[in-house]
Amino acid sequence: MTAILSATGVELSFGATPALRGADLSVAEGEIVAVMGPSGSGKSTLLHCLAGILAPDAGEITFDGVRLNDLSENARSELRRDRFGFVFQFGQLVPELTTVENVALPLLLAGVRRDAAIRRAREWFGRLGLDGLETRRSGELSGGQAQRVALARGLVAGPRVLFADEPTGALDSLTGEQVMDLLVATARDQGTTVVLVTHEARVAAYADREVMVRDGRVTTPAEAVAP
Amino acid sequence: MSVPLTLLGLLERAPSHGYDLKRDYDTFFGVGRSLPFGQVYATLSRLTRDGKVVMDEVSPGDGPERKRYVITEQGATEVSTWLAEPVAPEPHLQSILFTKVVLALMLDRPADAYLDGQRRSHLARMRELTTVKQSGGLIEKMLADHALFHLEADLRWVDATTARLDALRTEIRQVKP
Repeated sequence: MTAILSATGVELSFGATPALRGADLSVAEGEIVAVMGPSGSGKSTLLHCLAGILAPDAGEITFDGVRLNDLSENARSELRRDRFGFVFQFGQLVPELTTVENVALPLLLAGVRRDAAIRRAREWFGRLGLDGLETRRSGELSGGQAQRVALARGLVAGPRVLFADEPTGALDSLTGEQVMDLLVATARDQGTTVVLVTHEARVAAYADREVMVRDGRVTTPAEAVAP
Repeated sequence: MSVPLTLLGLLERAPSHGYDLKRDYDTFFGVGRSLPFGQVYATLSRLTRDGKVVMDEVSPGDGPERKRYVITEQGATEVSTWLAEPVAPEPHLQSILFTKVVLALMLDRPADAYLDGQRRSHLARMRELTTVKQSGGLIEKMLADHALFHLEADLRWVDATTARLDALRTEIRQVKP
């Protein structure tokens, strides 16, 4: 399969603290990859670089053959809006908006007319078991409901890549499982590539494969370890 | 726990008498369940018969003669293969994983790579169980959950051990053969 997204020799420091020290990762189109590693290993920083949120100090990120390093901040912002979707640990819904407006947000930002955006957003409510919650605000939702709304928002614009950073980290195991079942089923259905950062093995087990990040590098040992 | 392979591993560390082997086994692996002398000598006898160890000297002691055992190339190959091979991902593996990690550090083998291999093996099994959960009924889901939670506990132990390898290596090497 062709790589849709790749990181090559990516380095990034926060002040004097190195977070990534030559990270390499290649993700095939339609693949679901779990990025695992201990706290502080650099896995979330790697996700932010892959998604064009952070610009690396060295190395390169490519998406669909385009070097993100060469893009301006505005161009990277457009890429994130039009091609990427995001789900974070805490839904990060806009509290002033209703849930349906939250889901419609990426479409509204992309210039879709309000009525069309709301209509497309509503289609996701039945699909994710959120029927009847369209007019609620985020403070009126349970953790699992809020995360499903965040998932709908991440997928509503039909992104090529969904970046999920500890999407079940704030949920109990059964609720987290429901969110992962939906995330994987909808991503597979739409052919969306998923980069899933998690420290939970049971969440990583939903992915096609996992990579480990340690000390700012992706360690993907050979299949067999020589004696 | 594989007593023959563990004794072979201890012999790769240094040639040893049966008494010293028992002492080292009890120190590292026999907490709360020490190895009977009878089992040590019966195992050494089988390992000798199978060509995995040889006796290199027999010296008189206060009681019976003291025999010193040395691992053969065949025995060393068997230890290497065993250490590098992930344990079948089933619940309750801590004791055998622990033995492998300690021996790997003792013998200067890549314990971190072995633990990575174990993690991959566990995650592959967890992926299979997750697929069962997604396609099966409630009973299959619950059975798969039981296995998944236990495998996850093993993996947490693998992660914690990976983080402590340097400290464990230092502690183990303080005990001289």
